[in-house]
Amino acid sequence: MLPEDQLAALQRRAKQIRLSLIRMMGAGKAHHFGGSLSAVEILVALYFYKMHYEHGDPGHADRDRVLLSKGHGVPTQYACLAMLGVIGQDELPTLKTLGSRLQGHPDVRKTPGLEAPTGSLGQGLSFANGLALAARLDGMAHRVYVLLGDGELNEGQVWEAAMTSAHYRLDSLTAIIDRNDLQAQGATEDRKRLEPLAAKWAAFGWHVLEVDGHDLRALCDALDQATATRGRPTAIIARTVKGKGVSFLEGRFQYHNASLTADQIARALAELESV
Amino acid sequence: MSVPAREGTRDAYGRALARLGADPRVVVLDADLFRSTRTHLFAERFPERFFEMGIAEQDMVSTAAGLAAAGKIAFANSFAVFITGRAFDQVRQQIALPAANVRLCGSSAGLTEGADGATHQSVLDVALMRSLPNMAVVVPCDGPETEHAVEASLAWDGPIYLRLSRYETPAWTGTPLLPRASAPAGGYAGNTLPRVKKPAGGAAIPDFAIGKARILRSGTDVTLAATGVIMGEVLAAADFLAARGISAEVLDIHTVKPLDTDSILASASKTGRVLTIEEHSIYGGLGSAVCEAIAEGAKSHIPVRRLGVRDVFGESGEADQLLELHGLTSPHIARAAEELARRRC
Repeated sequence: MLPEDQLAALQRRAKQIRLSLIRMMGAGKAHHFGGSLSAVEILVALYFYKMHYEHGDPGHADRDRVLLSKGHGVPTQYACLAMLGVIGQDELPTLKTLGSRLQGHPDVRKTPGLEAPTGSLGQGLSFANGLALAARLDGMAHRVYVLLGDGELNEGQVWEAAMTSAHYRLDSLTAIIDRNDLQAQGATEDRKRLEPLAAKWAAFGWHVLEVDGHDLRALCDALDQATATRGRPTAIIARTVKGKGVSFLEGRFQYHNASLTADQIARALAELESV
Repeated sequence: MSVPAREGTRDAYGRALARLGADPRVVVLDADLFRSTRTHLFAERFPERFFEMGIAEQDMVSTAAGLAAAGKIAFANSFAVFITGRAFDQVRQQIALPAANVRLCGSSAGLTEGADGATHQSVLDVALMRSLPNMAVVVPCDGPETEHAVEASLAWDGPIYLRLSRYETPAWTGTPLLPRASAPAGGYAGNTLPRVKKPAGGAAIPDFAIGKARILRSGTDVTLAATGVIMGEVLAAADFLAARGISAEVLDIHTVKPLDTDSILASASKTGRVLTIEEHSIYGGLGSAVCEAIAEGAKSHIPVRRLGVRDVFGESGEADQLLELHGLTSPHIARAAEELARRRC
């Protein structure tokens, strides 16, 4: 059980990450607000609780790896990497501008701390399997975490990869599904039905956990359970709210990728500051 | 040492991989075709570094990218049509973009795949792979060249598409270097292949190097620029032409990308005429690449003709029947070359 003071520290980090996200994305330009905000606690639990990250050295051989199969959520990862000092806080506002290291989707050639090129959806779990297989071959103990979007689960390759993870009994691998119920054009269950989602992963041979994806204590506990699981990979279905933390963004697919006005940015920052 | 008189480049590939695969960086993935792609030879020798991915080419390619990101040299295998077509987006995003050390090995490529028909004949793969930044495209013409290509790939930084064939061909560029039946024991350090210096048409064949075309036969009247296992037809065409008093230069462009523009321009300048031959679409493959090189090399006065698949899909048939149907057998090649050679420039 996560001690209260540690939990409070993680919650402060989550708040800072959200503020950082809104400032980084700013007004007048389309950004993936919804799916970046829904994934904040998941990445905070990974970077600041669970993962061995060797004081922010993104090249350390023993580091745990995290990659975003839902590459459009990378602003949240940039905010975490800036908090770790891997990239500069001052470069966050350069997001998606010409010459910036901070590309619209993860580009491993440009940004330190990223593990995989993703953005075209459905490919991250396979890549994570490759990392986990290599670690096993090399006798290394680090873990691999991959964050998947729920809409992304429409892609057939995800299920090819899910079979691979189970077939090779990749227990060093944890997939976390950002289950915010929305994808680009509407509700996941209206676009193409995903449920029963937990049963699907279980049927594919995975250890499945379901948690409130904004409850840091529950997330940390689930990540610890995944570490303790032998012989099969773990899928954590993290129930989240798209746009979490900003009232007028929450639960609205229209802010999957949209631009906000300066007034909306100011309101969002005020809301987040007041928590 | 049993040396086959004829073999597919896939056979030489499987043999070379099983031997050079002693390098611990090498991992091999296959999509339920390992007897056909010949990676079973590696799998038998190094089972811990062989990964069966099932019939899931997209998953295989992305997994190979992950293994490469962790420092491995990943050989991903399937039929050429699937590894380049079905998994194109995975190749684009996770192999080419980060310049991953993945070798995409496309087996049973081209018209010479034969009987399986249009769905399985890969005649667009070179165009697809050539369009990708960072991607090298290597198309060996025979067994020895394939073995050298596999060896050279271990020292190459970045992704390679290796186009392989089941079509059995003699060894034009030298004697097969490794015994066919099973790979010999021995560590990686001792596995460097001997250089080939076999005279062909009076001239020594230059060493194999990725990105460096090889002159298989010197000539003065017309350049026959070809790639892959169709080389036998091209060399036979050169013999026809010689009998008719036309001196053809045969250029083995085993690396379609990066293209050896210097060698192509030098040969084109010497002969004044270029015929390209490939068992691939005339759009986007060797023929296109050579035209681009000649046009941008300020040699656009030099006529070029392209022999290949003329914007159609294939059909079932024996390999030799299909080559005939598409005008790619030696009489067709010789006729086209002669027309070019006799043209006033």
